[in-house]
Amino acid sequence: MPKTALLKESERIMRICNACRYCEGYCGVFPAMMQRKSFPDVDLVYLANLCHGCRACHYACQYAPPHEFDVNLPQTLAALRTQSYRDYAWPKPLARAFDRNGLVVALISVLVTTLVMLLTYVVQDAGVLFATHSGAGAFYQIMPHRVMVIPSAGIFLFALLALTIGFTRFLRDTGVRVHQLLNPRTMWRAATDAAQLKFLTGGGDGCNYPNERFSHLPRWYHHGMMYGFLLCVAATSVATFYHYGLGWEAPYPFASWPVVLGTVGGIGILVGTGGLLWLKMQSDPEPRDRQSTGMDVAFLALLLLTSLTGLLLLVARETPAMGVLLAIHFGVVLALFLALPYSKFVHAGYRFAALIKYARERRAVPGKIELSSDY
Amino acid sequence: MIDTSHIYDVLIIGGGNAALCAAITARREGATVLLLEHAPRTLRGGNSRHTRNLRYTHKQANDFLTGPYLEEEFWQDLSRVTAGKTDEALARYMIRESEDMLDWALNNGVRFQPPLSGTLSLARTNAFFLGGGKALMNAYYATAEQLGVEIEYHAQATDLRIQDARFTSAMVTQRGDACEVRANAVVVASGGFESNVSWLKQAWGDPAENFLIRGTSYNQGRMLRVLLDQGAKPVSEPDQCHAVAIDARAPRFDGGIVTRVDCVPFSIVVNKAAQRFYDEGEDIWPKRYAIWGRLVAQQPDQIAYALIDAKSQGLFMPTVFSPLQADSLRELAEKLKLDPDALENTVAAFNRSVKSDNFDPSVLDECATEDLDPPKTHWARALDTPPFYGYPLRPGITFTYLGVAVNAHAQVLMGNDEPSPNIYAAGEIMAGNILGQGYIAGIGMTIGSVFGRLAGQEAAHHAQNGAA
Repeated sequence: MPKTALLKESERIMRICNACRYCEGYCGVFPAMMQRKSFPDVDLVYLANLCHGCRACHYACQYAPPHEFDVNLPQTLAALRTQSYRDYAWPKPLARAFDRNGLVVALISVLVTTLVMLLTYVVQDAGVLFATHSGAGAFYQIMPHRVMVIPSAGIFLFALLALTIGFTRFLRDTGVRVHQLLNPRTMWRAATDAAQLKFLTGGGDGCNYPNERFSHLPRWYHHGMMYGFLLCVAATSVATFYHYGLGWEAPYPFASWPVVLGTVGGIGILVGTGGLLWLKMQSDPEPRDRQSTGMDVAFLALLLLTSLTGLLLLVARETPAMGVLLAIHFGVVLALFLALPYSKFVHAGYRFAALIKYARERRAVPGKIELSSDY
Repeated sequence: MIDTSHIYDVLIIGGGNAALCAAITARREGATVLLLEHAPRTLRGGNSRHTRNLRYTHKQANDFLTGPYLEEEFWQDLSRVTAGKTDEALARYMIRESEDMLDWALNNGVRFQPPLSGTLSLARTNAFFLGGGKALMNAYYATAEQLGVEIEYHAQATDLRIQDARFTSAMVTQRGDACEVRANAVVVASGGFESNVSWLKQAWGDPAENFLIRGTSYNQGRMLRVLLDQGAKPVSEPDQCHAVAIDARAPRFDGGIVTRVDCVPFSIVVNKAAQRFYDEGEDIWPKRYAIWGRLVAQQPDQIAYALIDAKSQGLFMPTVFSPLQADSLRELAEKLKLDPDALENTVAAFNRSVKSDNFDPSVLDECATEDLDPPKTHWARALDTPPFYGYPLRPGITFTYLGVAVNAHAQVLMGNDEPSPNIYAAGEIMAGNILGQGYIAGIGMTIGSVFGRLAGQEAAHHAQNGAA
């Protein structure tokens, strides 16, 4: 759907929802909606990113298809979210990556990984590549440390810059001011809502994903993925400190912090992304936004591949397969870094920004309008 | 496909709250249960789909309610709106039996929410379903399926075989195929006849053509007709119903909650001759909304217009349809196809009679008109600040009260007041026993829940013990 039509449809549905309000207990979207009488575009984008896609409102909706009002809030907000990823992408020309994001992320993954493997094969002597290496610096016999660090750090810093610019612009448009980011109460609220995925609890029984039945599984899988990812970031940070701070070279022993954090994190990602992909395969098509499905699947798959290749490398690091596995894992990681600002990953920033905005709004005085209640 | 080789213990006709409460209860009592829902799965649940809360007796505040609501107060509230047109013994029985309804619903998968915004006057008396009535119905259907209740959609009961007040079988049509279903007992919970316009016309005449039906289009009253034709004792009157004034632009059926227009107390309401006809500010809106459907139904062409000015925007729930808007009363009259002179005269007379300016929307304020007929006794403020807004109103029928009489076992009373041994009724089809007229929020669900559960239990006992 073109952007203007999507905004118009979102506004139409919000008017219906705001006259109904039966879903107010499910998540933050409805209480935020109820503080508004009209829905300018920026507010719609904010509400779309506040929506966690739990679908509880859809199965509870008396106006969902086949009703003539044809209300499909999860689908519409999902489409508007993806549109906002496009709108806030930086630099602008790369926003088109969100047009066919599944394909783009898949291509990045395949091309970058293939390129790294090919280069390794061409540059490195076969005798070295397929030999068994062990002890400190073993990896660097396949690929010198600098060859790994320079491109990955470069790409990572670029990704960080692109994500930060998108996040900052989103915050600005949503109406969150810089000084509000320094308010501990607001930030604590937003952080705990994000850390618990509070709005996937659906008021107690979980979300209606992948189908009408209530389930906490999506939330637990997402936790596995999210905390797994954070543990892997921690593992990498510790390893960087070991390398530069203490002069210890990888690979590290199994009982070391980088390996323990990375292993636990990797398993978390593996289970989380695998579970989410498995749920997605069974997902009810009605509330699904088909345009966003490729994006969702591609990023989950890339993350799953990152963790899988990392764990395989760990298991096989003292065998002749290490050289090839290292090249593959390094390629996948580079692809992940490159894809970050142009993939589903961006939802983390915009969702968090929306939660910050909501943390401020929810403190507002609730309305004192008397309803007819009616039934 | 329906299994017609089998004689079920209990047949449930209907698929709303009362039907599901009956089905779940009967199944839990060990009966084999078949439930026939006329609607497809996507539109299941009758008018319960559109509901939001349950009024029930409770001795103290709990997670969902702010304070106690005891039998006597419930009874007083009910007898006030019905003006005595209720069966006191049955009503008091229902009120007492409603006490453990919340726990029962929770145990059967329904979730409630704490009273949030906009429901101040009901926060003590009515428990709100998390997600509303469709979520409630989803929970009950899931529970019923899990318990082994057989559920058939698209299945319309068309006739009942009744001999000497005893039910033997039901004729059922499903996707064009007709069959006969046998059971030892039947619970009829198939709603009122509000969607049957020709029946409404028998009671109301041609004005019924202009009524909008707020709920399911499946409530054709077929079972009500069959039972009355076979000698069941009627209760209430064909023109009694729960009717509210809703936006005239609402769909003919199933518009549900969003078509409400809550601006009446802050407006003046005129008919098509641009004349006022009732005190818009008689009481707070939650206590008055239920009379306005009937008031509009009594106006020419069953249409009315609620008019406000810029001062009153934002004092009431946002509406799903935008009001018609104009910078002058004449222009607004033209947009609403009212006589501009007549409207100006009506508004001028109203504005002249407005005295106090101590306006307060949160209480019964002092802003009353003087020397105006009909008066507006609260929140009367001059309409003088453009832009002006107009909301067209029509009667919105929620459900009809004409029904079959039942006893305290939910058994249908036949002509000579003798209860049928195995025909039970629950929900709208017997709501007239409790509601002879008027309405209080959430009582439709009290009636359906209590009598549904009762009917399911009695039917299961009958089928298992005394079926022979």
